[in-house]
Amino acid sequence: MASVKEMRVRIAAVKSTQKITKAMQMVAAAKLRRAQNAAQDSRPYAQRMAAVIANLAAGVSGDGAPKLLVGTGSDQRHLVVIATSDRGLAGGFNTSIVRAARQHIDGLLAAGKDVKIITAGRKARDQLRRLHATRLVEGYEVGGNPSLAVAEEVSAKVQALFEAGEVDVVTLFFSQFKSVVTQTPTARQLIPAEVADGGAVPAQAGIDLKGASYEYEPDEATILADLLPRNITTQIFSAMLENQAGFFAAQMTAMDNATRNAGDMIASLTLQMNRARQAQITKELIEIISGAEAI
Amino acid sequence: MAEKLHFSLVSPERELFSGPVDQVDAPGSEGDFGVLAGHAPFMTALKEGPVRVHADGRVTTYEVRGGFADVTPEGLTILAEHASEAA
Repeated sequence: MASVKEMRVRIAAVKSTQKITKAMQMVAAAKLRRAQNAAQDSRPYAQRMAAVIANLAAGVSGDGAPKLLVGTGSDQRHLVVIATSDRGLAGGFNTSIVRAARQHIDGLLAAGKDVKIITAGRKARDQLRRLHATRLVEGYEVGGNPSLAVAEEVSAKVQALFEAGEVDVVTLFFSQFKSVVTQTPTARQLIPAEVADGGAVPAQAGIDLKGASYEYEPDEATILADLLPRNITTQIFSAMLENQAGFFAAQMTAMDNATRNAGDMIASLTLQMNRARQAQITKELIEIISGAEAI
Repeated sequence: MAEKLHFSLVSPERELFSGPVDQVDAPGSEGDFGVLAGHAPFMTALKEGPVRVHADGRVTTYEVRGGFADVTPEGLTILAEHASEAA
């Protein structure tokens, strides 16, 4: 058995670890509230955008439809955009996103498709660097709070690849923030645009125009062509916001567990230490008594 | 002007304004336009410029860059890539 002194040092170490995890938990809880608000504030925009696109897409069809909406007609070359957080210490949060993405990628590879990967968030890059190094096109970092600037950068890269004809289908992976305890890794197809999917952005079903017809300025196709790239940016941005909220929720849970584990550990170490101390006192007493008897 | 127009201005970060107003002037890509209650359904791209909101005799100005205006019988929605209240 370890000496009493060693165990005292050990308990002190666990105690300071517990202090850190406790602090991290509280910081995550505070940041979670802000991230949750940010995610909520961004929803009206995404919803309106989806409604407008659904409205327009219904009117534009056939050969004149923009490629971002209908795709290139092929699905040979895939681009997978994976959004995670930059930092870890959040339980399985990032791993579950990456796992979902990896299953998707493996499925595509098995079907003989070409796959390219863009990561938004340092953790995705770290986890995929070994397996899919050759497929990584670009890696971005979220950097603190999600900013529209980063989303625009990612979106611009995605569009550049698409315009250059290097990819046909673009899928975005992120974690949807359902509640503090549930974050679901989610895939969303960016190109060809998913119109009016029932997911996070329910489209306003058929706005009642009261007999009047819509007027477009300049015209439907131009507006749609202008709107679709922005929709990609919006989708990426809202994915980043959802991620951020989910990340803090996951981190809060993970740190809460860690704090509790540290508490359990301290309790069991204290018990062990007390036993050791008691044993030593008993031993010393025996020594004294038997010494006295011998005289 | 009894009738009010429901106007909302949203940017990707947040909803900047939502509520009934008298009139909104916005810089359309094909020319500036004003929207009153009961406007015909209409959609346009916006260019960079000020959006003036007339409500209760006061005018609030927002600077808007890159966005859309969508007029439906329910009201006017402006989706702006960047929007901020002008000082």
